[in-house]
Amino acid sequence: MRGPGRWAVLFALVVLAVVMVFPFAIVAMNAVKSPAEYSTQGPLSLPDGLYLQGIIDFWNRVDFGTKLWNSFVISASVSVLAVVLSVLNAYALGIGRVKGRLSILVLFLVANTLPQEALAYPLYYLSKAAGLYDTQLAVIIVMTVIQAAFGTYLLSAVLGQFPKEILEAAAIDGAGRLRSLLRIVVPISRPTLNVLLIFFFIWTWNEFFLPLIFLISNDTQTVPVALAVLQGEKFMDATMSSASALLGVVPAIAFFLIFQRTLTRGVTVGAIK
Amino acid sequence: MRVRTRGYWLYLIPSLLLFLGVIVVPFLMNVGASFTRWSGVGTPRWIGFDNYARLLQDERFWQSFQHNVGLIVAMAIVPTAIGLLLAAALFDYIGKRFGSRTASALRAMYYLPQVLPVAVAGVVWGWMLHPSYGAVNQIFGLDLDWLGDPDLALATVMAVMVWFQLGYPVVIFMAGLQRVDPAYYEAAEIDGASWWRKFWHITIPQIRPEIFVVLLTCTIAALKVFGPIFVLTRGGPGNATMVPSYFSYLNFFQKSNVGYGSAIATVLALIIIVVTFLFLRVQEREQ
Repeated sequence: MRGPGRWAVLFALVVLAVVMVFPFAIVAMNAVKSPAEYSTQGPLSLPDGLYLQGIIDFWNRVDFGTKLWNSFVISASVSVLAVVLSVLNAYALGIGRVKGRLSILVLFLVANTLPQEALAYPLYYLSKAAGLYDTQLAVIIVMTVIQAAFGTYLLSAVLGQFPKEILEAAAIDGAGRLRSLLRIVVPISRPTLNVLLIFFFIWTWNEFFLPLIFLISNDTQTVPVALAVLQGEKFMDATMSSASALLGVVPAIAFFLIFQRTLTRGVTVGAIK
Repeated sequence: MRVRTRGYWLYLIPSLLLFLGVIVVPFLMNVGASFTRWSGVGTPRWIGFDNYARLLQDERFWQSFQHNVGLIVAMAIVPTAIGLLLAAALFDYIGKRFGSRTASALRAMYYLPQVLPVAVAGVVWGWMLHPSYGAVNQIFGLDLDWLGDPDLALATVMAVMVWFQLGYPVVIFMAGLQRVDPAYYEAAEIDGASWWRKFWHITIPQIRPEIFVVLLTCTIAALKVFGPIFVLTRGGPGNATMVPSYFSYLNFFQKSNVGYGSAIATVLALIIIVVTFLFLRVQEREQ
């Protein structure tokens, strides 16, 4: 294709990109409009100025700072703990090649594909019996195991390729197994572990079903749960709804920008999930 | 000297214990509960296969799986098809004629919805599609109740899911295209092959593994879909957008039919395991 043809292709792809990004733009535009401006101008006009009261009101009303903190605590704990468990498992399966490792790996993979609905009620019941219901600890434990199941699967394959000579040399020097893990395997696999850590963090941040079931009170809820549950509340008028959507979108985009390089490099890693 | 392999299993103990408590025992409890009538309090009453017999006759159950098929179209098939075209166009057309920066900027824009928590994506679209103040009606000068009209609701949810899902195959396919040997394309160009012929005979066969992975992961995601339904429609209006995951949630936490909900969840789990197994078998045979 020459001349106008090639511009037509570019034009079509740009139009599609605009459609994809449009919801973000319109949410941002309307989150900074006053309710009065919204009712006279509608959603499509550019805002007259920056009216931040809607965002501030929504923030205070739902105590959004607490929700952010809750999401952060849960995601950070899960990502660290799940990486630790994944490393321990992958050390045994990938490097130690323990007996029955294939069936253990299949078990972990099945666990990762199981719908959470098939675990939800017993987990809810057990957490109540253990006094963990409506605590973040319950979500942290469950999500850690689910993420580690995937991490084990991935990391075992990576550590299966680990150069054995290095470990043998260390063993001759008298390094124990734990020492080899901490001093050799972990530092050398650090790039992969970083990718896992970031993925676990974002996946846990985005998680909806289990936090919805476990976290019912205002001071334990995560960002996605709080925003979803508040939808349709009486105080949510048009501008406040867009303010709430914007507050949900901003952290996600921030993570995307911060972790962009790791994510685009690692997205093929995530593809196995 | 060989590194001794005995003793490594010690490192598995913490995970195996947690795994037992968080996955194995709850899953078996769920299967067990599916053979009982239980409201969540008191003692479950054993009723054998009654819940499963009831499922087979429950119109809502069958509808919910039909809606799942629609969501597989919206979340797996359509994004894969469009994603292939977009990835190929970006990679060997835009990338070559307008520079790779243009291509990666477009790719980032297609990918943007994927970074959202799916519940937040639902909040965004719930607002855009609101019948009285939503932006979509304003833009098109329409007066439709996108999510409240039983004839429209499923199609609307499907459209939202295409938007949400599209970036994922684009990114995976573009990464896959990078390992294709350019010599194939050069040879085809010398033979005067059209863009379509190259797309069909080189691009698609070369990134088959990626296509498999995307179809498998997106199909599983579509079978499990919960967040968007919870946020956008709660399965309604009527049962117009009911899906198995939400149907079981409803029975667990709102109708106190724990036994029945467990049966739905068990069937869903079995379907997902079978689908995964079939995909992996086909993939194995391909290779």
